[in-house]
Amino acid sequence: MTTVVSTRPAPAASTAAPPADRPPRSERRAGALLTAPFLVIYLLFLIGPLLVGVVLSFFNTTTVKSGLGDFVGLANYREVVTDSLFWDAMWHSVVFTLLTTPPLVILALVVAILAARMRRGRVFYRIAFFAPYVVPSSVVALIFLWMYTPQIGLLPKLFGAVGLPVPDFIGSTSGGWTAVTLMTLWWTFGFNFVLYTAAIQDVPPDVYEAAAIDGASPWQQIRHITVPLLGRTTSLVLILQILASLKVFDQIYLLLAGGPNQSTRPVIEYIYDTGFTSYRGGYGAAATMVYFVVIVAVSAAWYGLRRRRAGSTAV
Amino acid sequence: MSGAMARRRFLALGGGLALTGGLAACSSPLASGLTGSQPNTADVIFWNLFTGGDGANMVLMEDAFRKANPGTTVEATILGWGNPYYTKLALATASGTPPDVGITHLSRLPLLAASGLLEPIERTGASELGVTEDRFTPAAWKKATVDGTVYAVPLDTHPFVLYYNVDLAEKAGLLDAAGDGLVPLKGKEDFLAAVKAMKETAGAQYGAVMSITADPSTAWRYFSMIYSGLAGPVVTDSGTRIDLDDEAVQETVSFMQSLTAGGLMPKNLTGSGANALFSTGKAGFLFDGEWQIPSYRLVKGLRFNVVPFPALLGPQPVAYADSHALVVPRSGRRSDARTRTAAEFIKSLLDHSAVWAEGGHIPAWLPTQRSKAFLDQSPQRNYVQAAFDAQYDPVAWYTGAGSDFQSVVGGTIIEALAGRVSPKGMAARMRSDLKRYTTARPPVTMK
Repeated sequence: MTTVVSTRPAPAASTAAPPADRPPRSERRAGALLTAPFLVIYLLFLIGPLLVGVVLSFFNTTTVKSGLGDFVGLANYREVVTDSLFWDAMWHSVVFTLLTTPPLVILALVVAILAARMRRGRVFYRIAFFAPYVVPSSVVALIFLWMYTPQIGLLPKLFGAVGLPVPDFIGSTSGGWTAVTLMTLWWTFGFNFVLYTAAIQDVPPDVYEAAAIDGASPWQQIRHITVPLLGRTTSLVLILQILASLKVFDQIYLLLAGGPNQSTRPVIEYIYDTGFTSYRGGYGAAATMVYFVVIVAVSAAWYGLRRRRAGSTAV
Repeated sequence: MSGAMARRRFLALGGGLALTGGLAACSSPLASGLTGSQPNTADVIFWNLFTGGDGANMVLMEDAFRKANPGTTVEATILGWGNPYYTKLALATASGTPPDVGITHLSRLPLLAASGLLEPIERTGASELGVTEDRFTPAAWKKATVDGTVYAVPLDTHPFVLYYNVDLAEKAGLLDAAGDGLVPLKGKEDFLAAVKAMKETAGAQYGAVMSITADPSTAWRYFSMIYSGLAGPVVTDSGTRIDLDDEAVQETVSFMQSLTAGGLMPKNLTGSGANALFSTGKAGFLFDGEWQIPSYRLVKGLRFNVVPFPALLGPQPVAYADSHALVVPRSGRRSDARTRTAAEFIKSLLDHSAVWAEGGHIPAWLPTQRSKAFLDQSPQRNYVQAAFDAQYDPVAWYTGAGSDFQSVVGGTIIEALAGRVSPKGMAARMRSDLKRYTTARPPVTMK
């Protein structure tokens, strides 16, 4: 729900509370105490491992022996950035993002608008569209694997029944991408759907009323009122979706194991394969750091752009 | 105020109760979790990676041990085959919570041994139980030895073999006089002619089939077998040096392409496709591991037999093979008595390995290999020689069953099988694949 709050305009800086309004000491202490569990867990399980990872990336650490191993300086990084398979894997994560982000955003918007216009059973549609999101990835992957299985699966049979050429969902690269994209679409679009549904409820009804009095058709209302007013939500959904898609691992790993011939292996699986399967922990940590920097750069660039746009519209 | 106090006291009491209740309820797993030790839930904790027919046979063998040792409990855990299994076995052992007995492929042994994760077999007391070199297939025992120390007890040898359809072979005139084997085939010309006869004389749709698409391991086994007839391992010095014989690579790929280019063999075929073609009598030969035998036995009306591959390019036949073996992962906490039980368990599995052979594997334990219980099994008894001609993956930290190495190099071989890489260009392609591994910093130094 925090996401809904963040779509609203932030209070202007000038209204910042004067010192007299500062909460009393006991309340501040309570605040610190209440956030302490989160901070402890955050430090212990996020910042801590991150720092350990930075250290590991400079050593030839292995997962089969205790201790850091030999110091190797920047050798791990040199190897990562010159490894074509690493960049292939990075590219596969980008391909997945390009394939899934547009449909996940557009479909969620369209379905949220349609569901909001339902007169009856609105709750049913909302639950129905959101429900797949709460299913664990392993379960979804198992079910879809059955549906994609050549010869006996539901989808190859369906394609065959209507006389279409049956794509090789598991054995070919293009089929693999199709399989993963369709599965991800069904599985995760519910999250964006909820964000949009919440934002749609925030649009004041009097705007529609005024539009209706002016003779705007439903389609014109959607095009000129709903969609523009959801602009901030769209940009939020877009960045959340891009980041989530860049982090893809479980669907591809479970459905295709990165295959065929590593042609769909995302970068996180590359890190897993080198760091754990090949026991090269230090090298895996270096690959993680390179990937981390790229992700941070993408989010920073996005926020920078948003800010500049927001700044220019305010002026 | 008193209300707030009461609530706090109530919460504290409730929390305390919940905590003590939780501790009392699961004291042993929780305690072992906190101290980081493997909970002693059984006398022998055994990890393996077998499902399907092999899994069922392994359960029979475990039950045989339980029956013979009523006071001893065995807990078997099955983990996902390949990398997931090895990752867990290595991490569990490195962090001090290993099982008592584990399965490994011998091709995966060099790294496990070099990392110090395994107990040398002589220290487990297995030799006093009769588990000694003279009772094993020599090739398997040699592969279980790393740097002079034996770290694993081989259970079987599972080679890459030649399946043939008996009815088609008869029509093609390839059966020997006794009718239970193929006529002797010597060298690539004979072999090529036999595949051609399956297609042209016997009228099969394909002379031979194998799983190619998205199956780099099979491609690697096939290539490795042919290439090993001409040259030594592709990497040497514990995997730090590329030792590729360019001419041998070229000759190997030309031979592979002489089968696929002429339409004798499909260039692209999935595992299930190969299965379907061979099962329905549309292919004369099938190149695959012997572990597929149980699934072909279920096919009604299919008469097939299995033999070792003949010598193809070199003078001697070569069987690409791997072995399942039993290891005792190193643990500082395991008592001598417990180690002794583990050794007894291993010995019992060897004694019952005729059950294991039902899955197509050749027992490495010679008393079983020479027993009637095994020699009655057909076609298993036909390819025992393959265990003696076994050629394993080269020694390195990155090679072995299901490894990244097999999928990368195998991927290039798939390209060659499909005709997208020329025999001449293959050595350069393979060299660039191998370079990834030979130049990578090894996780552990190997001698």
